[in-house]
Formats: sequence, structure tokens, C-alpha cells
Amino acid sequence: MAVKVVIPTPLRAYAGKLESVEVQAATVAEALALLTARFGELRKHLFADDGRLRSFVNVYVNDEDIRYLQKDQTRVGEGDIISIVPSIAGGLRGENNGD
Amino acid sequence: MATKTGIPPTQQTDQPAVALSKEEILRYSRHLIMPEVGMEGQLKLKQAKVLCIGTGGLGAPLGLYLAAAGVGRIGLVDFDAVDSTNLQRQILFSSQDVGRPKIEAASERLHGLNPDIQIDPIEARLTSENALEILKDYDVIVDGTDNFPTRYLVNDACVLLGKPNVYGSIFRFEGQVTIFGHPGGPCYRCLYPEPPPPGLVPSCAEGGVLGVLPGIVGAIQAAEALKLILGKGEPLIGRLLLFDALAMRFRELKLRKNRECPACGDHPTISQLIDYAEFCGIRGEEAPLPQTTVPEITPKELKARLDRGDDIFILDVREPHEYQICNLGGNLIPLGDLSKRVNELDSSREIVAHCRSGKRSAEAVEFLRSAGFRKVLNLKGGILAWSDEVDPSVPKY
Repeated sequence: MAVKVVIPTPLRAYAGKLESVEVQAATVAEALALLTARFGELRKHLFADDGRLRSFVNVYVNDEDIRYLQKDQTRVGEGDIISIVPSIAGGLRGENNGD
Repeated sequence: MATKTGIPPTQQTDQPAVALSKEEILRYSRHLIMPEVGMEGQLKLKQAKVLCIGTGGLGAPLGLYLAAAGVGRIGLVDFDAVDSTNLQRQILFSSQDVGRPKIEAASERLHGLNPDIQIDPIEARLTSENALEILKDYDVIVDGTDNFPTRYLVNDACVLLGKPNVYGSIFRFEGQVTIFGHPGGPCYRCLYPEPPPPGLVPSCAEGGVLGVLPGIVGAIQAAEALKLILGKGEPLIGRLLLFDALAMRFRELKLRKNRECPACGDHPTISQLIDYAEFCGIRGEEAPLPQTTVPEITPKELKARLDRGDDIFILDVREPHEYQICNLGGNLIPLGDLSKRVNELDSSREIVAHCRSGKRSAEAVEFLRSAGFRKVLNLKGGILAWSDEVDPSVPKY
């Protein structure tokens, strides 16, 4: 099943600068495994050492948080959109002052 | 899921009836002739108290629109001074404000816009010690800060006080907006129980922000704050609005209250404010500079060695768009490409790596040394230090 994975701006640098990637997957776990197999650098930004999704990264299938579906076993089908939504903190000052 | 609109009943201002002057009626006439606001709504605005945390990119349109709308009392919290890099997006400030405390310049501007309202300038850094005291006087809190410790602090303080937190956040050309902490609705910790560890937040190479983005996101926050006060419409409670200015697309995701949330769940474990710097893995007030263990060369030393004709390969590990801003004539290999282009480097030559401030190039030096390069040094302080110590004609950014 062709599923679109939307890559958020902060993580695009680790995903070939792509806005979205299409993968053939039946579950969220499969889709993310394929994604991180293709973009190895992305793995440490999405998953902790124990293989669980990091707590500052949420994954949505369409508009629903997978934590309230079947987590990474949530099934996906043709045309579904998986969104990776990390926390971002910017707002007040130049976000790049830290270098 | 909360569907109730408006300020929680406990927060409703309980003041004697107020009236609008003739001048105010004229000023707010475009609100008054609209049934969704009307006289009743305008009086609610006049009695409302909103706290804006941060008077930067998000706080600018927010403050301006709240003041223009006639919100009777606006608190502004900031501790920073205006600098020239703010002017690209922080439309509260003028060129002549550079160097002034933001609170002072912002208060003056908002007073000028609407002399009938009260501005509370609070020149302070929000901390666990002062947050509850500062927030408790306001009906609606609007978070326009720029760092994770303050985000969690504002969230927890709002949950503890039962106050709605109109949240907005931006990165490059993408924004997030929602309302946290409304009774029955989710809080920031329901969405993100923990912050990212400092090492995993994107580096400055991916930073920056389209100047108009905080304008749009801050204006949405202002709209949500006004709707909460008026008790009209569908507030952004339980919905995360994502905005992409590049695609010019809005999307909406569902946010649910997490029953296991440590702040607002069924059995909360957070009963007081904590040390948020520690919670976010940051020691001290500011983000720590990375421990520099890589061998360095100062800009002056490098200049002296280049002047005497030493054979040194200058490796610039910034991004191509940064090279266009200014460069030292170095060979550009962005840090992210270094591992696959390492074969372009000659390990027998001496290499000095640099970036903007020296952080990314320290990573590059560490990587190259682990790859067997022995004669590789980091330019201490990067191009910024080069501009300060060697060649002031090199622009800083």
C-alpha cells in the first residue's frame, strides 16, 4: 500500500531534504522502518536506543495520534498520510543564535 | 474532550459593570456593530487580562492586536533587549529601539496604539520561583517563548492555576498553534511528555525563520485569545493547527487529553513547579556550550600562519546558503555531507575546519580525527570570531 510519510521541517535535513516520502507499508511500524532504512540518520531522531518512539516525537495517521490507535501497529492503507510531528520551541528570538 | 468555549468560570473577571466612553465607542465601532462582539463582548474585552510571555516574533502581532482590540489589561514578560536581527520579524520595534529593553519599547508602542488600556511591563525571566505569582493575575496566558524549559514551565503553571495557555511555536516556515490547559482539554505534556535532549534539537544550519511566519502564527494566537475572552466560536482546544507557509497549507491534528499525563491526567504527579533547565537536560540558565575536546586554533594564529605561507586546507562545513553570506575562501563541504565526501580530503595536509561559531566544525574535527585524520584543527569561535579578531569586514549573521 502506498502511504505518504510527511517529514517535518526540522527533520528534513536528515531525510534527503524531502517534504514527504512514499513507502509501501501496511503498518506505521513498517512505514517508519522503511523510512529509517532509507535515511539512516533519521533513526536516532525518531527512536530512542530501546527502539521506542522518542517522547518528543508524535506520529499521526491522518489526523489521529497513533498513541490513541494501535500505536506503531496501527494499520495504514492506500492514500493514508503518516505525519511525524516533533515538538518545536521557537517563537521569541532568533532560533539560530546558538549555532 | 472540551467543547466548552470561553475562559473557565473561575477565571471570569468579577468586576463591577464597566462602560465604554464615547471615544471608545467610536474606536471599537467595527467590533460593536458585529453581533459576535457587540457591546457585551467589547466590555468583556475591556475587563479581560491577558499575559503575553515573550515580546518577540509571536508577541509582536499578539500584543498589537490585543491592544488594538481593547483588551483592558495586557501583561508583557520579557528580559531581553532589542537587537538588529529582531527587526526582520518583530514588528513591535523600530530601528531606533535597538539596544533598548524590549519591555520598554513594547509598552511604549502599545500605549501609543491604545492609551485607554493598562500595560503591565514585567521585565523578568519567567522562573519556577516567580511564574505562579506573575500568571495568577491574568485570565488568559499566551506563550510566545522560544525554548523548551519555558514552554514546560508555562504549561505546568497554567495547569496548576487552571488557566488557558494559547500556544504558538515556529520553525523556519512551519508553525504550530493550539490552546493547552483549558479545563477538560489537553496540556503540552499530553502531547509531548518530555522535551528533546539538547543534542537532538536541530542545529543552526537548519534554523532561521521566515519573518512573516511569527506574524501569522502570533495573529492566530491573538484570535484565539480574543475568542476565549468573548466565549465565541470554536476555540483551538484539542486541535493542533499546523501551518506551512512554504506550501501555504493549514492542517489540523486531533489532540487528546492523556489520562496518564503527569500534569493534568487522572493522577497528576506534578503538584508544584520544578527545575525546568534540569528537566530539559540543560544545566544553568543558558544552553551549555559543548565541551570542546577537539584541538583548536584561534583566528589570530590561523591568520599569522596563512600570512607566512603555511600550507593549510581551510574546510568550511556550513551550508551553501551560508557560504553565500560570507566566507573565508575555504572549501565547502557541509557537515551533513562530510562522511560521504571524506575521500575528497587529503589526510597528509593540515586542515582547519570552521563554521559560523565553531560548534559544527568541532563535530567535523571530531569525526575526521576518528576517521584517521591527525592534522586537523577547529577554528575557535568560527567566522564570528574571525570577524571580531581578524577581519571586521566579514559580516556576522
